[in-house]
Amino acid sequence: MNTITVNGREHNIDDSLLEKKLLKYLREDLELTGTKNGCNVGACGSCTVLIDNVAKKSCVVSLSKVIGKSVTTIEGVEGSDGTLHPLQQAFIDAGAVQCGFCTPGMVMKGLDLLSKNPEPDRDEIRKAFNGNLCRCTGYQQIIDAVQIYVERQK
Amino acid sequence: MVDSEKKVFRNDNIAKVTGRAKYADDYTFHGMIHAVPVYTDSVHAEILSIDVTKAEDIDGVRKVLTWKDVPGQMAFGQINKDLYIFAKDKIRYHGDVIALVIADTREIALEASKLVHVELKELEPILDQEKALGDNTNLVNDMHEGNKIAHHHIRRGDAENAFTQCDLIVEREFKTSFVEHAYIEPECAFANPRADGVIELYGTFQHPFSTRRFVSAFLNRQFADFEVFSHPVGGSFGGKDDTISAIAARAALAASIFKVPVKILYDREWSFRESYKRNPYIMKYKYGFSKEGKLKAVNTYMLSESGAVTSTTPWSTWRSTAQCAGPYQVENVHTDVIGVATNNVFTGAMRGFGTPQVNFAIEQMMDISAEELGIDPIELRRINMVRQDCETITGQKLDGHIVSMEEVMDKIITESGYSDNVKKNSRGQSDSDEYYGTGIAISYRGSSVGAEGLDFAACIINCQFDGSIILDTGIHENGQGSQSAMMLALAKEFDVPLSRIKYTRSSTTSIPDSGTTVATRGTMMGISAIRKASIKLRKTIRDTLCDDFRCDPEDIRFENDKLAAGSYSLTWEEAMHKMFLHRTYPFAFGEYKAPRVSWNDDIGVGDAYFTYVYSCNVVELSVNKKTGKVKLLNITAGHDIGRAINEEMVKGQIYGGIAQGIGMALTEELKIEKGKILNPNFNKYKLPKTMDMPEINALIIENEDRSTPSGLKGIGEPATELIAAAISNAVYNATGKRQYSLPIKLEGEK
Repeated sequence: MNTITVNGREHNIDDSLLEKKLLKYLREDLELTGTKNGCNVGACGSCTVLIDNVAKKSCVVSLSKVIGKSVTTIEGVEGSDGTLHPLQQAFIDAGAVQCGFCTPGMVMKGLDLLSKNPEPDRDEIRKAFNGNLCRCTGYQQIIDAVQIYVERQK
Repeated sequence: MVDSEKKVFRNDNIAKVTGRAKYADDYTFHGMIHAVPVYTDSVHAEILSIDVTKAEDIDGVRKVLTWKDVPGQMAFGQINKDLYIFAKDKIRYHGDVIALVIADTREIALEASKLVHVELKELEPILDQEKALGDNTNLVNDMHEGNKIAHHHIRRGDAENAFTQCDLIVEREFKTSFVEHAYIEPECAFANPRADGVIELYGTFQHPFSTRRFVSAFLNRQFADFEVFSHPVGGSFGGKDDTISAIAARAALAASIFKVPVKILYDREWSFRESYKRNPYIMKYKYGFSKEGKLKAVNTYMLSESGAVTSTTPWSTWRSTAQCAGPYQVENVHTDVIGVATNNVFTGAMRGFGTPQVNFAIEQMMDISAEELGIDPIELRRINMVRQDCETITGQKLDGHIVSMEEVMDKIITESGYSDNVKKNSRGQSDSDEYYGTGIAISYRGSSVGAEGLDFAACIINCQFDGSIILDTGIHENGQGSQSAMMLALAKEFDVPLSRIKYTRSSTTSIPDSGTTVATRGTMMGISAIRKASIKLRKTIRDTLCDDFRCDPEDIRFENDKLAAGSYSLTWEEAMHKMFLHRTYPFAFGEYKAPRVSWNDDIGVGDAYFTYVYSCNVVELSVNKKTGKVKLLNITAGHDIGRAINEEMVKGQIYGGIAQGIGMALTEELKIEKGKILNPNFNKYKLPKTMDMPEINALIIENEDRSTPSGLKGIGEPATELIAAAISNAVYNATGKRQYSLPIKLEGEK
């Protein structure tokens, strides 16, 4: 049986779906619309999710590549009681949100960075986010957000 | 008022960081069907026939709509009616839609869209605006004789004569390119027919009322037959108006035929292909100076490419005209700005609206002239800049607000260390692998739409008898934080906590049309309307409750979430409950009409805008000798915006505005060949990324503005209009090479 785990819940994948892109599956089949489609070619990062805790652009990943793996989307980041993850709170406090369309992908990318490097400096944050496009913020407050998070964790 | 004192307030923050915010494509309705557009591969052709039978034969296809199915006007527009819902007689650009395939699923619609057959007679395409102008044998559009879409001018003094008396004449030509808005959310429109015959519309609309005007014209139905909702939009920057409105009309037309919800979702490639861009400019500038550095005469001649559709070109070219000489006083000005039709993708409103282009020319002209005059470029700006009570080039006396151009420039020079840094400029001489340069640009910008149009806005404050407050304004949230700014302003009016206030789910039905969310007008106009409504509401409440207070109405104060007079006070809840007992609604409608502006198009004279934002950007950069790559080191930006409502959001506007200007200056190049866009997605069209962006020091300068009750002037567009100019000056200071076209492309040294 083909199964994938999304936000802790297991789903069976029909063989006919194996070539479907993960982004489409998340949005259409699971109705997890927090993950966004900005370009569909893996260039903007709005569709970033974690696959086994590594950030991936879900618009270019086929379901066949995710079988047996665990996917975390933006919907799986907050606590089950609705408590925000401290990184989400940091995005708010830094003023990192404008139109918000890139925000879920940015949060996912941030989680990926922090799992690899718990105390990144500004240059490392810039490098990490270089594949995620934002047209509103100029990125500055997004970088601030990750820094605020890091400082709060100390 | 603890919660309203938070540094950052946004009413949509939690929804957006959790992914719960619903954008257009996140909506699903029962029984929903899908539709996709059909294009041709031509950019200029006569349409001989359209055959949809093969497409309609596909299982699951409901119908293929063409111009024959349109009940209303075939073409509409904000100014000229030349944006077609479906191309009828002619293809005029690569993004012209000839048909809409409606099917049970998007996949079926996509498959069938390949089977629409069109017979075309190719026409010679017009792709060069200089050649297009005046050509009457080959017209993009019969409406525009000689392919001229607009022409504005200024005739001030006697420029021709003044030039003869100048000690220095500087002449240069500058060019800018198409720029894509690149909102990260592509277009999506959703029409949901209601049982009462009203069609609800959801979508990526910058301004629901504008969409409603287009939809109603195309469908030949009255405004009240549509309800266009406001909901999160994934960026706009001026770009989600005409094109998405035509898309919405196609969805509405399909929904009106099938009586089920219809969704049209765009691929990024379609968005690039069909949606309008920033107007490319060709600008011929001639400046005449006295040897002391007084700018005596300006002659400019500009072409602004409108592409195949008028859209807002007559307005953006007007702004370019009124601001063609920058923030400087000039006695003799001769200006012509002409909008030109071509078969390229059309152009329309984009953040900056005709000023990022002219500022690119103006601020380089100042540096070039300073060098030729042997005067310090800052000094040259100081000699000529606008000052309190001076007259602008359109004959407007600047006496209604604080003219802070020098204050802003000096502040940014000091903050950035510009005066010391200029001494480090490489000017093409460097021992290291890199050249260093710093550059400056200043600007002034008329707030709101000015003499382009009528300017008024509405607001409804609806206090509930339990003390909660429902707020609505006609200013649309596009992600900039408009609703939050309005809520902050309202909380301050009554000194109540933000937690009492909910912004309503606004629509074209909930509030009167308040003009488009454009021209850096939203916060200023919306908050002015809130102030007007608050004055009314305070009077209603005071008049109703003064007997309870046993005092004169005017003695009742609104403070600290209470109403108080003398030793008596009521909590806000108690006061609202008393309003209930008095059977009086604590409700107010506020409307604000902007101050009068004027324009005489014959001679180009008038009070163009009722107030101006003053701005300065300084950039430091390095240029790699081998690769020619420009690395931005830091930017200092300052703007006198009157007053800041939500400081961190103002800074966010500055950072983001600068990022867009950096794209225009350095990274973004829309490749167009024979009218077709070759790089219609973000893998080939390069937006600035985190690594392209420097740290920005954003400074807010506040001289409260007396022009409107809001006290503020706005930031959206000033933020983006002058960084390309500052970068160009810095690149010259680094390399010694002047930049005459955008985006800047530097060759490495071999």
